[in-house]
Amino acid sequence: MKVSIHGAHVIDPSSGLDRVCDIHLDGGRIAALGAAPDGFDAEQQIAAHGLIAAPGLVDLAVSLREPGYTRKGNIASETRAAAAGGVTSLCCPPRTKPVVDTPAVVELILDRAASAGHARVFPLGALSKGLEGEQLAELIALRDAGCVAFTNGLAPMANNRVLRRALEYAATFDLTVVFKSQDADLAEGGLAHEGPTASFLGLPGIPESAETVALSRDLLLVEQSGVRAHFSQLSSARGVEMIAAAQARGLPVTADVALYQLILTDEALVGFSSLYHVQPPLRSRADRDALREAVKSGVVSAIASHHQPHEPDAKLAPFGATEPGISSVELLLPLALTLVEDGLLDLPTLLARLTCGPAAALRLPVGQLGVGAHADLVLFDAKAQTLAGEHWLSRGGNSPFIGHCLPGAVRYTLQGGRISHQA
Amino acid sequence: MTPTDAKRPLQLNDQGQLRHFLSLDGLPRELLTELLDTADSFLEVGARAVKKVPLLRGKTVCNVFFENSTRTRTTFELAAKRLSADVITLNVSTSSTSKGETLFDTLRNLEAMAADMFVVRHADSGAAHFIAEHVCPDVAIINGGDGRHAHPTQGMLDMLTIRRHKGGFENLSVAIVGDILHSRVARSNMLALKTLGCPDIRVIAPKTLLPVGIEQYGVRAYTDLAAGLKDVDVVIMLRLQRERMQGGLLPSQGEFYKLYGLTEQRLALAKPDAIVMHPGPINRGVEIESAVADGAQSVILNQVTYGIAIRMAVLSMAMSGQQAQRQFAQGDAQ
Amino acid sequence: MTLPDPAALLARMAAELRAHLTRRGIQDPLFVGIHTGGVWVARALLEELGQSDTPLGVLNVSFYRDDFSRHGLHPQVRPSALPFDVEDRHLVLIDDVLMSGRTVRAALNALFDYGRPASVTLACLLDLDARELPIRADVLGATLSLPPDQRVKLLGPAPLALELQTLAASH
Repeated sequence: MKVSIHGAHVIDPSSGLDRVCDIHLDGGRIAALGAAPDGFDAEQQIAAHGLIAAPGLVDLAVSLREPGYTRKGNIASETRAAAAGGVTSLCCPPRTKPVVDTPAVVELILDRAASAGHARVFPLGALSKGLEGEQLAELIALRDAGCVAFTNGLAPMANNRVLRRALEYAATFDLTVVFKSQDADLAEGGLAHEGPTASFLGLPGIPESAETVALSRDLLLVEQSGVRAHFSQLSSARGVEMIAAAQARGLPVTADVALYQLILTDEALVGFSSLYHVQPPLRSRADRDALREAVKSGVVSAIASHHQPHEPDAKLAPFGATEPGISSVELLLPLALTLVEDGLLDLPTLLARLTCGPAAALRLPVGQLGVGAHADLVLFDAKAQTLAGEHWLSRGGNSPFIGHCLPGAVRYTLQGGRISHQA
Repeated sequence: MTPTDAKRPLQLNDQGQLRHFLSLDGLPRELLTELLDTADSFLEVGARAVKKVPLLRGKTVCNVFFENSTRTRTTFELAAKRLSADVITLNVSTSSTSKGETLFDTLRNLEAMAADMFVVRHADSGAAHFIAEHVCPDVAIINGGDGRHAHPTQGMLDMLTIRRHKGGFENLSVAIVGDILHSRVARSNMLALKTLGCPDIRVIAPKTLLPVGIEQYGVRAYTDLAAGLKDVDVVIMLRLQRERMQGGLLPSQGEFYKLYGLTEQRLALAKPDAIVMHPGPINRGVEIESAVADGAQSVILNQVTYGIAIRMAVLSMAMSGQQAQRQFAQGDAQ
Repeated sequence: MTLPDPAALLARMAAELRAHLTRRGIQDPLFVGIHTGGVWVARALLEELGQSDTPLGVLNVSFYRDDFSRHGLHPQVRPSALPFDVEDRHLVLIDDVLMSGRTVRAALNALFDYGRPASVTLACLLDLDARELPIRADVLGATLSLPPDQRVKLLGPAPLALELQTLAASH
């Protein structure tokens, strides 16, 4: 299939390309930028004048809920929602039922994702069997089945000794470990950032130290083991400060933040809306501002949706009895563009954090527009607006942004040269 | 874009009258004063031979307690009965697998039985808000205590106690002593005292039992009981739950009593006419000495009496406001 | 329409009340005024009778009204205060304006929750001739017939004055 996209303003943060030019796709790859190759006979023409063309977004954390939690979402529904958000590649965390700790589960996910065909799916494998923290999962078998990195999520490893061994084992085979650093004991029972808002609402707090205590241990063990490490969903100012310090002393660690944590603060909890119940929690304004700064400076090189769709019942209870998470992948691009609209980032920097930044963090072969690269693109109108929730695709309606008017509108998402979303 | 919810006065109707009673946050001073005045009138009713008035005749009040309580449940029941309402009390266990579904379904079922008002106690902070917002918005919801968040009727009965014994709030020093962190009573008291114009509110506890950011309530935090009690007019003692000894919050009841227990000797540091309050049930020898609890300065039993009057006032005002809102909405629809 | 002078009405009420009590053989009745206008009238009447020192009961009927479902709770409820035991006593119940009779009905119910009086005599400054219940004053200052859009309001406590009010057209 040959496709020509005409007249788009192309921004490819990985190469610095930032100009109006045509893009020609052939066989799922980018054939040329600018003039068409000799004898190129496009079967499909996309008039993209006035639109911005960027690499398809790469989202490091999208819960697909399948297998096991299909009342919340499934691979087809959530990858479809992702395409609407401009996403062409995504990583799904291993917290499914069964957990992603055997090649069979990986194969199931990849098969269903391929047959749905809405996005490339890169599964994250469980670091320990059943995510129970006791025994290592078969990391090499999982890698061979298609896992791009390994994580235990928010579930703790049994103890520091087991964690250390897991990291050393992963380092032996140059595997990447994704950390969600939160000390389970300090966070136990917590529902909100420990601060004035949680105190006022009488919600048990999760102190900043739940993140920093775990993070400092994790960084020391990463340094000792030499494992490739990525730190996911940092939530605090002190946390990003520690990542910056580690990077400054030469530790090659990367980090991402949840997009909603660049926008919301714990003040949103006043009124007890369970839509704002997330883990790690929304923190203070100062924390949010530090996260934004770190995204700008590049200490945090990736923004992820941390999409967690839920069925209505999961949120229909008093705050503490609800399940944490926001259904967020579907609004990834327009919600991210609010950061540009608010003057926090320029568009190329934002796109870098959504494309080549995350791709590099987990060594994914996507996220750029060079000739020969995967023909994964998003075409969007930066001047149009998206009314969030108007055509909702995710199974999970648990988004506090529904009803808001957001800047920018995704017009086309192309994955492997095929249109995966059009609006 | 600012995607934070504008704070809506969920508990007030379009005319600014009470229609739910969820928390003291956001309630104006005039409304709290009106509540205290109304409660004063009901106190007079409680002193008569016939302690009943026909105000809520034909209305049904459901007490739904997801958390055990004897005193609060009984006083709410008595308050509803003295208003001539029909009262149903349900003790709902929270041990069911899915708490949320139980809560939602239980209340929907009760609503279908044409209950006019729910009094709800629940272990989760925000439970009453959730019910008022998402489950039964057209039924008046009274918060009988939600998690650590609020216990507004206890807060107001404490205010009635203070006003009746001290005349007002303008020149008072009030100390709240004990487990502030886990106490919904303390939170409601701090808000009420602030709104009613009390200039000197003190909280006294070790750091493990003080919530982060306590200053937002406009209070001064003390870790030393003697310093905190100096010249106060009112001492409010809080109940210390036994389970606080686990998990490192406190070493022992004995050590807590030694440091924060209210004894006659320590009470002497307060003003000579200071009153001693406690939301009950009291732990003698843990947070308070028997001689103090039963002493001349104790108004602990008066609090119970005032509690009935406050709850009568809350029930009748909220029923009145909810009805007005319904009529207003119907008028709007026509 | 010219409204009567309350002072003249009070003189007449005092005379009528004396006659009524004598006729019934009632001695040392207890006086109860309905909050707030009835209390003003009661004080003025006691003064007119030369009994200003007689204790006066104050009755608030907010909790007994039959219009709670329509109008809710009155926002300025004040406690009732009866500084005496009503059981087996003769009472004089005093209100300012008798209209539908519903306030008096509420007051009678409230009184009976304090005990069983031997009798209740009703004294009112004005009767607006708009009865909805079979309730009539034993002692009356004057009867007024007003057009449906007009009400009369008592100003007080001292001196008492009457004011004519026109209701806003209801929609």
